[in-house]
Amino acid sequence: MSTTIRLRKGLNIRLAGKAEKILLPEAPVGRYGVRFADFPGLTARLEVKEGAVVSAGSVLFHDKLIPEIKYVSPVSGVVKEIVRGEKRLLTEIVIEQQGNEKVDFGTADPLKLTREEVKNRMMLSGLWPVMRQRPYHIVARPGAVPKAIFISAFDTAPLAPDLDFIMTNTQGGHLQTGINVLSRLTDGKIHLSFDKDGSKVAEVRNLKGVELHTFTGPHPAGNVGIHIHHIDPVSKGEVVWYTDIQDVVALGRLFNTGSYNRDRIIALAGPGVMHPKYHRTRAGASVSAILRSNLRDKNQRVISGNVLTGKKISDEGSIGFYDNMVTVVPEGDYSEFFGWALPGYDKYSYWKTFLSKLIPKKEYVLDTNMHGGHRAFVVTGHYENVLPMDVYPVLLVKAIMSGDVELMENLGIYEVAEEDLALCEYIDPSKIEFQEIIRQGIDLMIKEMN
Amino acid sequence: MNFLLKQIKKIKPQFEQGGRFGKLRSVFEGFETFIFVPEKVTSKGSHIRDYMDMKRTMTVVIMALLPALLFGSYNIGLQHTRAFGIEGWSLMQMFWFGFLKILPLIIVSYAVGLGIEFVVAQLRGHEINEGYLVTGMLIPLIMPVDVPLWMVAVSVAFAVIIGKEIFGGTGMNILNPALTARAFLFFSYPGWMTGDKVWIEGLTRGTAVDGFSGATPLVLAKLDEFDRMPSAMDMFIGTIPGSVGETSALAIIIGAVILIATGVGSWRIMLSMTLGGLGMGLLLNLVGSSEYTQLPAYYHLIMGGFAFGAVFMATDPVTAAQTNTGKWIYGALAGIMVVIIRVFNPAYPEGTMLAILLMNVFAPLIDHYVVNASIKRRLKRIKTT
Repeated sequence: MSTTIRLRKGLNIRLAGKAEKILLPEAPVGRYGVRFADFPGLTARLEVKEGAVVSAGSVLFHDKLIPEIKYVSPVSGVVKEIVRGEKRLLTEIVIEQQGNEKVDFGTADPLKLTREEVKNRMMLSGLWPVMRQRPYHIVARPGAVPKAIFISAFDTAPLAPDLDFIMTNTQGGHLQTGINVLSRLTDGKIHLSFDKDGSKVAEVRNLKGVELHTFTGPHPAGNVGIHIHHIDPVSKGEVVWYTDIQDVVALGRLFNTGSYNRDRIIALAGPGVMHPKYHRTRAGASVSAILRSNLRDKNQRVISGNVLTGKKISDEGSIGFYDNMVTVVPEGDYSEFFGWALPGYDKYSYWKTFLSKLIPKKEYVLDTNMHGGHRAFVVTGHYENVLPMDVYPVLLVKAIMSGDVELMENLGIYEVAEEDLALCEYIDPSKIEFQEIIRQGIDLMIKEMN
Repeated sequence: MNFLLKQIKKIKPQFEQGGRFGKLRSVFEGFETFIFVPEKVTSKGSHIRDYMDMKRTMTVVIMALLPALLFGSYNIGLQHTRAFGIEGWSLMQMFWFGFLKILPLIIVSYAVGLGIEFVVAQLRGHEINEGYLVTGMLIPLIMPVDVPLWMVAVSVAFAVIIGKEIFGGTGMNILNPALTARAFLFFSYPGWMTGDKVWIEGLTRGTAVDGFSGATPLVLAKLDEFDRMPSAMDMFIGTIPGSVGETSALAIIIGAVILIATGVGSWRIMLSMTLGGLGMGLLLNLVGSSEYTQLPAYYHLIMGGFAFGAVFMATDPVTAAQTNTGKWIYGALAGIMVVIIRVFNPAYPEGTMLAILLMNVFAPLIDHYVVNASIKRRLKRIKTT
């Protein structure tokens, strides 16, 4: 059964530098990293020291609150550095790759295991964190049973990779096993959502045990949060889980082969890249290899993830745990003479106050300049245009700012994540940090609920 | 450009905290960011941001106000020649005459308003808000041309301090600051805000030629002198006595087109307020018995400040309803209120200002009920599952 949901609200930012559909083989990488900021709300307890020898799948640290959730090394090698930031806050564990050792977790058919056995296998192997949950957009809490599990099979973020192209080039045979794993975790349905093109991959099309949906419309139509909102919204007290389609493959691989293996395909994109293409790599791999002699300029920002929600990394930083792309855009650290008053012939904007609206180009180079100063909320009626949810983004943000927990609940804090409101932040002439505020609101809710 | 940028960078340290002119930080920053969009880059959240900022938003509104300002200038000259029987002035002469009369109003409005904004921004350590750029232009346009400058200064100070800054500045105020300024004058110095003299330059000091009345159509209507009212066409074009920028529905419509096309002004409010006023006018046509109630309904849209209020005042995003549904209700009620005040209130010939201020107060309540509907949908989900 398939349903089609047509969304009109949203915005496809015409950013230049879309990745060409050419897949490059994995380049040798010496440096891998696991970044703590990829897991908001996590308090980590280290299980290794600098210099420790690890295999792919060896535990690096665990969740202090739920010690069963392990976070493991993506490769075999040596723990080279445990990086700490301000106030000795853990920022990253850096691993120097050596050899090809992997921990064997043993094979199993998920359909023959109990729910607890499946969970334990996922947690022991370090693959549990690929499951995330609404409310809160954090690593799923294994104690709950989700009412449904969602997978988005397309990504609408600026320059996002074509997930179907990725699936075409992903080794078959593991996806159905992955779905079977998920089916053990919930009593409800598994929802798999496509864009209007569906999938050309037979294995994806013929998956059993999933309910198919089609979403059309501009970004954020591909966000799983939007799918949840329209298919089976989260109310107070309910939980849904979700994961990335490449991680469903990783789950299947774990049960089929017994090893932790998060090989994935990412897109390298953005106006700062000379040859934007797809690359085989692994979560946590340093981007230095794919960026080498591929950057247009020195003064650029390398982002793990998309330009709206990704994290800034150095040019040898590691690909984030959940990211399926690396974007490079020019830094915007220049002053512009009367920039706010110029006609804006070549300035891409959501707003119709720029001449670029009359003579649109196909794509634009956008940089990291703020293009203005921070102000209080003034304009209204536009934020809603880029959020296809029954949520009032400005009112929600104001409720968070005033710390009104009940109002936050009523306005839909359980249903949103930073990424869903990223476009509100992008278009905002008042330059308000929507995403940061949403996370503060979520943190407050977690604190209140415990 | 580079030379200028270098000079600014050179003197900037003196204006930073602890610098020689550290106390003028906000003012310096205000001018700096006015000339150059700063090199500040994103540090969290979205890595790219739209080119749109508050300066550009406000600039669009000012551009939309220009037709009303230009026509207002011309109309002051025109009314002056009519009142004093001057003949042979060219269009440019009338325009310049009027423009030179408006200019002091604009200068006083900006000087006092921005002065207060600068001081407040400095005290709070904020950047200077651009909101007053629009308010400062709106205020002269809703004043009678003959109003004494000191009154403008006092009303601006009242509006900015009491109407806006004590609530936390631009974005936090409940009442439209420009209308607050006008209301302040209206109730403090009614003699300068109503009647048949203040609308014509020089008429408060001199005597008009026989047979000329400086009364606005609304005053004439209130006095039941319908036979002396100007034609609908004159009222639409705007060659009638009235506040500086409010007379020409045509010029205001051009402004409305700019606001709607750029998405800066809410078409929902403009349309719903127009429909509200029109609807109420039609209703009165049906049930009313006095001559005023029998006035063609569309007259209400072109008389007095209705058009100006609907396009530039009611649409102020900070003080209007914020939800889309709320905007429809807010605008419609404002339009209805204008006509009710005009026709039934014995004291005030014009109702636009009061109607919009009243709806400003009710806007949060309207939003509250609209948002509650969304909240109820959310809560209902829990009950049904």
